[in-house]
Amino acid sequence: MSIVVSGISKNFGDFVALDDINLEVPRGGLTALLGPSGGGKSTLLRIIAGLEFPDRGEIRIEGKPATWLAPQKRSVGFVFQHYAAFKHLSVYRNVAFGLEIRKRPKAEIRSRVMELLELVHLENFADRLPSQLSGGQRQRMALARALAVQPEVLLLDEPFGALDAQVRKELRDWLRKLHDEVNVTTIFVTHDQEEALEVSDEIVVINNGRIEQTGSPTELYDHPANDFVMGFLGPVTRLDGRLIRPHDIEVLREATPGTTAATITRLLRVGFEVRAELRTETSEPWVQLTRGQAEDLELAPDGTVWLRTNHKATTLAAT
Amino acid sequence: MTETNVSDAEVDRPRVPAPTITKPPRAARRLRRGSPVARWTLRLIAVGYVLGLVALPVGTVVQRTFAGGLHPVLESLQNPDLLAAARLGLIVSVISVLINTVFGVGAAVLLVRYRFPGRGLLNAVIDLPVSISPVVVGIALILVYGENGWFGPTLTKLNIQIIFATPAIVMATVIVALPLVVREVIPVLEEVGTEQDQAAQSLGANAVQRFLRITLPTIKWALAYGVVLSLARSLGEFGAVRVVSGSVPGVSETPTLFVNDNYQQFGPKAEQAAFTMAFALMLISVLFIVVIALLRPKEQNQ
Repeated sequence: MSIVVSGISKNFGDFVALDDINLEVPRGGLTALLGPSGGGKSTLLRIIAGLEFPDRGEIRIEGKPATWLAPQKRSVGFVFQHYAAFKHLSVYRNVAFGLEIRKRPKAEIRSRVMELLELVHLENFADRLPSQLSGGQRQRMALARALAVQPEVLLLDEPFGALDAQVRKELRDWLRKLHDEVNVTTIFVTHDQEEALEVSDEIVVINNGRIEQTGSPTELYDHPANDFVMGFLGPVTRLDGRLIRPHDIEVLREATPGTTAATITRLLRVGFEVRAELRTETSEPWVQLTRGQAEDLELAPDGTVWLRTNHKATTLAAT
Repeated sequence: MTETNVSDAEVDRPRVPAPTITKPPRAARRLRRGSPVARWTLRLIAVGYVLGLVALPVGTVVQRTFAGGLHPVLESLQNPDLLAAARLGLIVSVISVLINTVFGVGAAVLLVRYRFPGRGLLNAVIDLPVSISPVVVGIALILVYGENGWFGPTLTKLNIQIIFATPAIVMATVIVALPLVVREVIPVLEEVGTEQDQAAQSLGANAVQRFLRITLPTIKWALAYGVVLSLARSLGEFGAVRVVSGSVPGVSETPTLFVNDNYQQFGPKAEQAAFTMAFALMLISVLFIVVIALLRPKEQNQ
């Protein structure tokens, strides 16, 4: 295990940020800390980085106790949501910073920095100031800067949170590829379930200062431990007293055994998908269909259809 | 309404740099400027006010300085008391600015980045010299360090002279210029936040390296501005120094005291010396204004 977190608790005044967190992060993996804002995930990341200290509990990085170690003494790279670029230094000097601090020879610094700038596709921007870069470029620079000192662990705090949707998607794919290339143990914090599902090997769902569930993206999506995890990882609706994903409800033209009659209250087209809002005797579910499915079923408002749970579907008892 | 809509649309469109100044519609422009009569009246009042209040008296000093041509001015520059006053003024200002720079940067970092008991008090006390009359500062110094003051007997026993000597002049000057550096540096530190510092820390930089490589370059223009302001304030200080210095010509007379004392003496020589020194002080002030004007835009670019 690369990082072992045991029994970590942290309060800010009366607010409980983290409550007895236990977590093991495998070496070389890409782990997402996923959860709503204020849930404690950033605090946990900052404690691992040494930018914050816990009230109770212990952190070990690569087997060494690190709980009270100053950040500069841990082998940890940190990437901030708002880049934290050194505004007065060029892109080159930003990336070289950690190496200059370590007093490496000039030639070594030069080759290492150029190699990293190439890795993050900024080789032509070495002499620019951070203010002359776009948000996505600044974040790539910040990543190169963190990687320059060859940290054992790379920590990213909502790294794409300040970028617009298009750039965010691009950087997400790029981060995954970069990780496969560099293979450094990486933890990133996000509140975007799509980001977590798409990029990470393992997801840790954190809410109200506690870990709700840990597992691979597929495990979490298909076998959520509770209604919070189920709701946070994807859309959820209710059918006959159970929670179910709207794409796991089958819609039929005719009644068969085990189906529930429903009236269509509203049809909504969102891009390639059709959302049908329905009313049964006991619940008001909505169903996610493709456009083709909706056309085949000849759905129309106020029409009657029959609903059935897909036999492979995950359902949870609604509380 | 129309104006707001236009700028909103521009904000929503990504990557198109929004024009910094949107021209208001013609009708609005005319309305804002007012009628030509009102415009000219306002200009006349403003210019007349500044001329009467500032330019006229300042001009008179220049005129009086050079009333007898250049020769008397050069001659008064030979006056040993004038040279001594200039030297003392320079020494006191430089020491005070050094002290206030070190204290100012330290206090600013402390106030912005740390939460500690007494923080509010420190914040308030730093501003005190601006609201207290310098004369009161001078008297307070005498009450503490004077012969009959708190530390008076101890200082006398140790044979240390503070009041009526250079240490008191420096102390008085430091106090009156105390908030200038702090108040320039604090907003910049607040604006940049602590993330760059934390990033440097995670890259292995210790406190000294972080200060020299990150904090100092970040605040350098604000700091330079604060230093120039402090220097100007230190050179121009009169009230507090008047009380604590004793104003002995050639010994504890600063440039401002020299101007005052010589102007009040009778005789053309003394008066000429006073005007020469006053002119020199003014010249330095103009220099400072130029330096500040040069520093300002750079500070805003940061």
